[in-house]
Amino acid sequence: MRFTINDKPVEAEFDPRTSLLDLLRDHLGLTGSKKGCNQGACGACTVLVDGERINSCLALAVQYQGRAITTVEGLGQTGSLHPLQQAFVEHDGFQCGYCTPGQLCSAIGMAGEAARGVPSVVTADLGDETVTLSHDELRERMSGNLCRCGAYNGIIDAITETFAADGSQKGDAGARKAA
Amino acid sequence: MSIIQDAVKTAVRFVPDRWLPGASPDPLREKHGLLGAPISRVDGPLKVAGQARFAAEVPMEGLAYATLVHSTIARGHITSLDTSKAEAAPGVVLVMTHENAPRMNAPAMFMSRPDAVGASDLPVMQNRDIHWNGEPVALVLAETQEQADHAATLVKVEYESATAVTDFQAAKLAAHHPQSILGEPPLFEIGDAEKELNEAHHRVDLVFRTPRHNHNAIELHGATVRWDGDELTVHDATQMLNGTAGTLAEIFGINPDQVHVSSPYVGGGFGGKALWNHQILAAAASRLSGRPVRIVLSRESVFRIVGGRTTTEQRVALGAERNGSLRALIHTGTVAMTEHNNCPEQFTFPARHLYASKSFRLEQSVADMDMMANTFMRAPGESVGTFALECALDELAEQMELDPIELRRRIEPEKDPTSNNPFSSRYLLQCFEQGGERFGWNRRDPKPGARREGEWLVGLGCATGTYPYHRMPGGSARIRIEADGSAVVSTAVHEMGMGTATVQAQAAAARLGLPLEKVRFDYGDTSLPKGVLAGGSTQTASISAAVIAANDELVKELIRLAGNDSPLAGLGADKLEARDEGLASVDEPGRHETYASILARAGRDHLEVEAAAPPPLEMMKYSMHSTAAQFAEVRVNSVTGEVRVCRMLGSFDCGRILNAKTATSQFRGGMIMGIGLALTEETLFDPRSGRIMNPSLAEYHVPVHMDVPEIEVMWTDIPDPHAPLGARGIGEIGITGVAAAIANAVYNATGRRVRDLPITLDKLL
Repeated sequence: MRFTINDKPVEAEFDPRTSLLDLLRDHLGLTGSKKGCNQGACGACTVLVDGERINSCLALAVQYQGRAITTVEGLGQTGSLHPLQQAFVEHDGFQCGYCTPGQLCSAIGMAGEAARGVPSVVTADLGDETVTLSHDELRERMSGNLCRCGAYNGIIDAITETFAADGSQKGDAGARKAA
Repeated sequence: MSIIQDAVKTAVRFVPDRWLPGASPDPLREKHGLLGAPISRVDGPLKVAGQARFAAEVPMEGLAYATLVHSTIARGHITSLDTSKAEAAPGVVLVMTHENAPRMNAPAMFMSRPDAVGASDLPVMQNRDIHWNGEPVALVLAETQEQADHAATLVKVEYESATAVTDFQAAKLAAHHPQSILGEPPLFEIGDAEKELNEAHHRVDLVFRTPRHNHNAIELHGATVRWDGDELTVHDATQMLNGTAGTLAEIFGINPDQVHVSSPYVGGGFGGKALWNHQILAAAASRLSGRPVRIVLSRESVFRIVGGRTTTEQRVALGAERNGSLRALIHTGTVAMTEHNNCPEQFTFPARHLYASKSFRLEQSVADMDMMANTFMRAPGESVGTFALECALDELAEQMELDPIELRRRIEPEKDPTSNNPFSSRYLLQCFEQGGERFGWNRRDPKPGARREGEWLVGLGCATGTYPYHRMPGGSARIRIEADGSAVVSTAVHEMGMGTATVQAQAAAARLGLPLEKVRFDYGDTSLPKGVLAGGSTQTASISAAVIAANDELVKELIRLAGNDSPLAGLGADKLEARDEGLASVDEPGRHETYASILARAGRDHLEVEAAAPPPLEMMKYSMHSTAAQFAEVRVNSVTGEVRVCRMLGSFDCGRILNAKTATSQFRGGMIMGIGLALTEETLFDPRSGRIMNPSLAEYHVPVHMDVPEIEVMWTDIPDPHAPLGARGIGEIGITGVAAAIANAVYNATGRRVRDLPITLDKLL
């Protein structure tokens, strides 16, 4: 089976019951994506597929052949970090670091959703075509990613600086200006 | 407490500080610069890049994957096991049950001796007996995780149930005093507290209940293990490296130095990353199968075989004079425990040290149940104990028509109210004053329900937080100076997100007079000098004491190597300080020589010293506790009962803060776990079956982004003269007092006292 992971073609043969998360972690050695519950409740396994965030533990790998999959390893590496990764370090948006890859991928997917005008439950006017990534919008939209260490304030600060502070995006999430 | 310990305590009280090993003030406690600076985590880039390798991610050739099968009864025994279908399933390497598991010694129970960290002393898969609903009855090993998971569903187990104690209310009828509460007597009295209570002008007498909790670190418990002959290697997620090695060695009948435990990254601990059945079973299955084994527990398995915080029922009764002084402080109650562990959730400990009272009655009992052995979870005792005590104080203050902070001012003790030892350093009232001012406490209307915004009722609450200083005995540290003058400091300790790797590098750089770039701190592996466990907010002080001891040795060695040709010639250790990448005279700043120069002249390519920390006698001489003032503003929806914490502020007195950035995060993290404790977290335990009914993150509700407001944190930064680095530890105190501050705020908003956690909306409708 053929996949595109972090812009590279990958071939793998595996049990068709394998989740996308297990494919990444156990078969391809991409252990940046984390397993925290294996049932879609914690968000640690979040990866981007064609720019959209999904829980890779709930995805069967076979369904994602030919799609563009981005994991934390594809965002940036030590020495050439993505601006959001750098902002997480500066704002201390983690402690143990285990939920971090999921928070990062989720935030990038989230910024894309907001840029496309997708409303959330706290969006005041569902008809609005633009979304302002306010503190409440960010907290609501990131609530699928649990952090038991409680680095939530730092995470929101890092996302705000990267995607919402001055209304422009420093990151290369491929999303438009988020209001 | 033994007679010997008591005698030592009494003797130490009269010994001058300078005679006590390790008790003289650490000169570094007053130094600024690197120490305290908001340095970003040194392991940050690796973690955000997904390159930090956790225990279940270590590659190994020929791995087999393990899955557990759990008992479905709480007590009784297995009558039949049918593993044939599982064994015949594709990819299965081994099905291990008590019938074929290797013979293993039972784990030595935590604290039964220095190296023992067994969560209970029950033998692991050695016989047909069942002790809790969820006990592992089989382990399936297969070529892939999917194959193991599937085959595990094919193991057929039949049981004969025995009568089990699974109802706390029933178990309480047979509650008894444990031998001790972590070394303290289960009953402590000064005067006749019940009589004083009855004669007091103001009285409250209340019962509080707290449920079970689970740590729920996001990293699932996991291990990657292999045997090479009789040498066992365990890549573990642990907060107790040496204890795990020592206990595993005894279980398998080998020497501790034959067990190598590595755990450089731990995805959250909070007390839960200990030695549980899974590491033991993985090692056993590896031995039996001859294959390296990876075990990663499912989230459900974490709930079934990793203990959490136990449930408590607490009585707090306070009697006060008209002027506000306390005549009686009574804090008593019962927790659920098992016959096989020793973790009594010391909820009466805050009341021993926080407030002055004419009389005390502090008593704890345990009710034995057939359940997963409970364990230590962030601020065991103090987290739930402060909920009861601080809510009761709020009720007393209201009855007395006193501001709750003013009441605390009137009962502030001059020395420890139960031990009579002097406090080493205590600034609780300063925390309240500065925190209250910042938070806007004076805007609180003491009348409940007075502030309404639309359908939301708004209230403010406060409470005291507290956690003791402890320093673990037995830790060592090594300092190695390289030819270029750089240093490596190492000890087998833990980084679970607390910031150990960063803070210890900062501290070592400050101590050695080196820039941060020239210091490396190595940790997380039993091949390093024996470390201390990470628990009880003890690690930083314990490591620092060992590094101080090693540094003393280092200076001696450097003086010896420097010899008579050095500008330092003739100066003793007491006349030297570390500065500018070397040693310098304290009195004559010009006399200085770098480490590199000293080593070069002596023809050495490195210098290495190792030393153990002195025993923690300072704890016997002083009452050493951190304190905090916790503030919360909540909004309660008058239609739905929904509670939202909209503002929080924690004002802490924990001695020196060693890294402003990581400390802020750690304080907030504790406070956020406190939000969970107050509002959402509860491990649901079926009293009929003894089974945990919500073993998932979907049904056990930890706080999420939306539950967490911007949290303000401040601290006194007053160094404790008797703690290494002047720092008392900050890992646990953040959660203490929070549930009470929130409950008191809910009362201020609604006029409803909820004394039964969590404060879910049904309790407010």
